[in-house]
Amino acid sequence: MKVSEEEVKHIAGLARLKFTDEEITKYTKDLAGIVEFAEQLNEIDVTDIKPTAHILNIHNVFRKDEIGKSYDREKLLQNAPTKAAGCISVPKVVE
Amino acid sequence: MYELTLHEIRDKIKNKEVKIIDVVNDIYSRIDKVEPKIEAYVSFTKETAIKRANELQEKLDNGEDIGPLGGVPIAIKDNICIDGTKTTCSSKMLENFVAPYNATVINKLVEAGAIIIGKTNMDEFAMGSSTATSYFKNTKNPWNLERVPGGSSGGSAAVVSSDMAYASLGSDTGGSIRQPASYCSVVGMKPTYGTVSRFGLIAFASSLDQIGPFTKDVEDMAIMLNAITGKDKMDTTSVDIEYPDYTKALDKDIKGMTIGIPTKFLGEGLNQEVKQRFEEAIEVYKSLGANIKEIDLDYAKYALATYYIISTAEASSNLARFDGIKYGHRAEDFEDLIDLYKKSRTEGFGTEVKRRIMLGTYVLSSGYYDAYYKRAGQVRTLIIEDFKKAFKDVDVIALPTAPNVSFKFGEKTENPLEMYLEDIFTVPVNIAGLPALSIPCGFAETSKMPVGLQLIGNLFEEEKILSVAHAFEKNTEHHNMKPNI
Amino acid sequence: MREDYEVIIGLEVHAELSTKTKIYCSCTTEFGGDPNTHCCPICTGMPGVLPVLNEKVVEYAVKMGIATNCEIAKFSKQDRKNYFYPDLPKAFQTSQYDLPLCEHGYVEISVNGKNKKIGITRIHIEEDAGKLIHDAYTGDTLVDMNRCAVPLIEIVSEPDIRNADEAIAYMQALKSTLEYLEICDCKMQEGSLRCDVNLSVRKKGETKFGTRTETKNLNSFKAIARSIEFETNRQIKELENGGTIYQETRRWDDDKGVGYAMRSKEDAHDYRYFPEPDLAPIILSEEYVEKMKAEIPEMQFARKQRYINEYSLPEYDADQITSSKYMADFFEKAEAKCKNAKIVSNWLMGDISRKINESEMNDIRDVKFTAEDLGELIILIDKGTISSAIAKKVFDEMFETGKKPEDIVKEKGLVQITDENAIKEIVVKVIGENPQSVADYKAGKDKAIGFIVGQVMKASKGKANPGIVNKLIIEELNDK
Repeated sequence: MKVSEEEVKHIAGLARLKFTDEEITKYTKDLAGIVEFAEQLNEIDVTDIKPTAHILNIHNVFRKDEIGKSYDREKLLQNAPTKAAGCISVPKVVE
Repeated sequence: MYELTLHEIRDKIKNKEVKIIDVVNDIYSRIDKVEPKIEAYVSFTKETAIKRANELQEKLDNGEDIGPLGGVPIAIKDNICIDGTKTTCSSKMLENFVAPYNATVINKLVEAGAIIIGKTNMDEFAMGSSTATSYFKNTKNPWNLERVPGGSSGGSAAVVSSDMAYASLGSDTGGSIRQPASYCSVVGMKPTYGTVSRFGLIAFASSLDQIGPFTKDVEDMAIMLNAITGKDKMDTTSVDIEYPDYTKALDKDIKGMTIGIPTKFLGEGLNQEVKQRFEEAIEVYKSLGANIKEIDLDYAKYALATYYIISTAEASSNLARFDGIKYGHRAEDFEDLIDLYKKSRTEGFGTEVKRRIMLGTYVLSSGYYDAYYKRAGQVRTLIIEDFKKAFKDVDVIALPTAPNVSFKFGEKTENPLEMYLEDIFTVPVNIAGLPALSIPCGFAETSKMPVGLQLIGNLFEEEKILSVAHAFEKNTEHHNMKPNI
Repeated sequence: MREDYEVIIGLEVHAELSTKTKIYCSCTTEFGGDPNTHCCPICTGMPGVLPVLNEKVVEYAVKMGIATNCEIAKFSKQDRKNYFYPDLPKAFQTSQYDLPLCEHGYVEISVNGKNKKIGITRIHIEEDAGKLIHDAYTGDTLVDMNRCAVPLIEIVSEPDIRNADEAIAYMQALKSTLEYLEICDCKMQEGSLRCDVNLSVRKKGETKFGTRTETKNLNSFKAIARSIEFETNRQIKELENGGTIYQETRRWDDDKGVGYAMRSKEDAHDYRYFPEPDLAPIILSEEYVEKMKAEIPEMQFARKQRYINEYSLPEYDADQITSSKYMADFFEKAEAKCKNAKIVSNWLMGDISRKINESEMNDIRDVKFTAEDLGELIILIDKGTISSAIAKKVFDEMFETGKKPEDIVKEKGLVQITDENAIKEIVVKVIGENPQSVADYKAGKDKAIGFIVGQVMKASKGKANPGIVNKLIIEELNDK
């Protein structure tokens, strides 16, 4: 599978990253190399093999529906770059 | 006294041969002397450490038990959250991030009486094998300042190796504890996935990440495991089993135990000098009465490709929360919201992190999921089956920790794949969730750099690993070697 | 709508579950509260945190699945849906992708006497997003994360709905089911029950579906009905004029009665779903499902039958009253007080429903007076303490202020006059003042009595007992 610069631009958009044309070229080369490397997996017959999502055979790990303490707002928002009225503020969101 | 092991200093404290405050001051003066050369720390928690030293001493003087780590200075990799302390992941993105809560392992260490002295340098967001992708600085290998300490937990390995901490915590997603332990000649262990809570560990790849300790010897490792393992109700993937007292495994006779060697897999890109040390180590085991058995791990060679698909896919999602909105770096100028996202993330992340986010986004993107992520999950199943089969016949599997010794700064930066190949022997273990430990097994002849022996156990069989590792240590001198700094 | 077109509608309904805590942490789900005070590091997506699933979320979703005839999955998992938005702190929503908890169900609806099954494709669990508030002063957007990670179920219907009436009937059926199961408070005004409408049109006889649009976040029955009318007409008009329907997300402005295409979120359609590695699969045994079945309470149909048998309510009344669990509960309490089922039913279906509809209220839970107060009001009428006419006034006041009926009657001196002498005095006076009406009556125009009664009631400020008034007028006129 060949990776194109167009694709890399699209992926950058999805990942919310911004690259110069030069960087796009570099990332395209890097990605193509790693993707080619990853394609060795195509040698393997995986018919009827169930993918592993969890190493351990765990299931039904639940929490009781019991209220705990909520956090101090100051502490929770201490790292926010901009705040107003007890909220994090961001540039206008357009629907 | 900084050169003592964890259990030695702990016993001295307990027997009131030394004051805790003197132990803490001693380690900070060692840091003052050595840190300028090594640059392994990114921040210190001296004020709290001193306060805690006095509190613990008071308790001890009142006849109270101060725990199995009572008064021992310990360092923490900077991707583990400590309430009120900067937790940066060695990234510009989190340069000023102050964690608002404690990771579960921090609570457990504190409960066990440890004193946290500082946060250690790492590859940015734990992505790397050299600690050189850190935004802040290059940590040097204490055995040769021109060489890397390994990574991503390079800081945590270097501080133990250079006696700037009695033990430390790191995290291991594809070898990030074992490889730097090998490069720096200390003991490093990745426990079974699910035995140490990940709550508060800033995630790289959730299904592979595991916290584990660096120590000066195997006994210390058992003590650290006792302190940090256990079911945590905050972590869904943490396992609810009966956790043993790991120190009891130390002096078990290994005579008659079987050590498996995946000979074919071993052939892959292994440096001759590393191979020599590895073969000598196997000879030691033979002399101790262990059986050596050749095994096949047919799919292990695919582990690296599998790893780079799964880990980057998970990372692309885990690192999406760093968007400049709630915390972390926010760009100064931006046109609108989307521009804010893009600029903040582009400025905040380094090259390697961006490369992996790109790869992870690519393999999950529309049309590619089945070809990459799903297939990698299927190969993961095959690799697990391989190990399961192997552990029917053997107690532990031995491999070199890394195919090469520590490399020089600037090497292996051109082609990312070349760097990734350093993880070839460590990655299969994460893919299968197994426990594995790296123990010093000598030095390469030409470079004089340390070599590590990796011992891999079946799920939840940390005790077997500890028995086998401790037997090696008792019959060799490698762990007593100290770098000259 | 033109007869030669057919409308294809599917609904995606989001219901906030009424668990005490959020889906993955122990923060309260209580509505309101100062911004960002019902939050913790987990629901605000701090680095390093991990989710642990609330067991009630699974229970509630499974109950809804059972009540809507779904198959309950033996193996189910949660997935990450990745996209960037300021109301989504983790930059992914934890949801379910290919293995939802419930699938292949249906609900039955009845429109104009015709019964129909609406298929349910799936019901899955997921987390809600936070709230974005526009800051008029700075022009910025403010993020309140109190609603972040409140548990939701998303109920996806098959494209079986053909018009607004069916859509409303389907929503009514879901709402009633959620209410009877007590798993969602269904306050549409607060957004705890809301729906997205997928709609396309095609010429009758066509077998291929047209391109569909999705109108998001409708939070009242009225808005659902109106947006369907609007979008149907828009699409037909567009096609008739040779235009094209684009697959797009739309927003409904209920004040203006107009729908708009939203500025589409950039690359919104590549969510890069993958299994959530921080959560474990959900494996449900048959015993578990049986246990949930056993816990399902009396639902609308059973209650309706009971009302017909136990209270002798007409079927229509029983159906209307039980369509909302809260209405039905209200009914039972009021009936217990006054023992007059039919009158309670009349009040509920009449004045009370009308007033609620005219107001901004969600439903009867927002009414200020209690069911016991309604029972008391009915007792006051039955005892003759107040007249029916006065009762309406008392009711208006109760609705307005929530005061007890006896207090209103006492305060305003509304007790009915039953003293014949007192009434006779007014009757005599009114008859004296209206000789023409008396003459009309004598001339055989019985209607004249009505006028006189009206005048007497007016003079008594409505308090005179109408029966006595009538009797005395006739006596008086016949004496003349």
